[in-house]
Amino acid sequence: MIQTIAFYLFATLVIASGALTILARNPVHSVLWLILAFFNAAGLMVLVGAEFIAMLLVIVYVGAVAVLFLFVVMMLDIDFSEMRAGFGRYLPFGVLLVVVLAAEIIFAVGAWSAGGIGLGAATSPTPEGMSNIQALGTLLYTRYLYIFEAAGLVLLVAMIGAIVLTHRTRGGVRAQNIRRQNQRRPQDAVRNVVDQPSGEGVTL
Amino acid sequence: MIGIQHFLVVSAILFAMGVFGIFLNRKNIIIILMAIELILLSVNINLVAFSAYLGDLVGQVFAMFVLTVAAGEAAIGLAILVIYFRGRGTILVDDVNRMKG
Repeated sequence: MIQTIAFYLFATLVIASGALTILARNPVHSVLWLILAFFNAAGLMVLVGAEFIAMLLVIVYVGAVAVLFLFVVMMLDIDFSEMRAGFGRYLPFGVLLVVVLAAEIIFAVGAWSAGGIGLGAATSPTPEGMSNIQALGTLLYTRYLYIFEAAGLVLLVAMIGAIVLTHRTRGGVRAQNIRRQNQRRPQDAVRNVVDQPSGEGVTL
Repeated sequence: MIGIQHFLVVSAILFAMGVFGIFLNRKNIIIILMAIELILLSVNINLVAFSAYLGDLVGQVFAMFVLTVAAGEAAIGLAILVIYFRGRGTILVDDVNRMKG
């Protein structure tokens, strides 16, 4: 019973906040609705027993991606009002297309659940007495190790790409130049004035 | 007990919502990126629901990779957006075709 209530709560909220993400006037509000959608999707995943993916969703999506969006929206000085110009023009066609799309997918779900399409046996079921995280980790670090490493490489490339794209060297900044500092010898910087006759001063 | 059809319908509606967002906010590339995140989220819900229904963990492994790609895509997309804004002072998608290679 409580599961049913929780499911309908999460499902309603995820759809409502998804709708508000794309309809909100202010992009900052959009990002906040997106965060709510991610939280509720994580709740949906907890309901089916995928705790690790739910946790990843909260950490990666809410903690990293949504905050990245928030940073970009707030840092760029953008006039958002002129972007709403074509809003009404695309509305009828968009509604038509989306209703057709959603109806088709839901129809396909109905056809699938009516039977007829055979699904193969499970290749890697959760072993007895293992938690979700333990089973997932066992699978990731054995059979899918190379794919897991490839995912890490994808993230590395994305990180390097983002840095290379946005990095710029600005002129006129007095930054520390470590190479020049290390190349500087004592002879260049210090003059021996021991032999200087007294009373004549030092020429610099 | 909630059947898998319920999850699939939620995921389908969320997917359609993402496509609708791309249509509706054609000029605002930030909202378009967010709509793409919504689409990927609905795909993840689908994968996890099937994974739980079939008792097969591969769906959750795949959902993790989808998550990885989504994070990388958001980072690169926003980086491109930032350099585009730096050079032009606007992020209107209509003007992007002026780059011409």
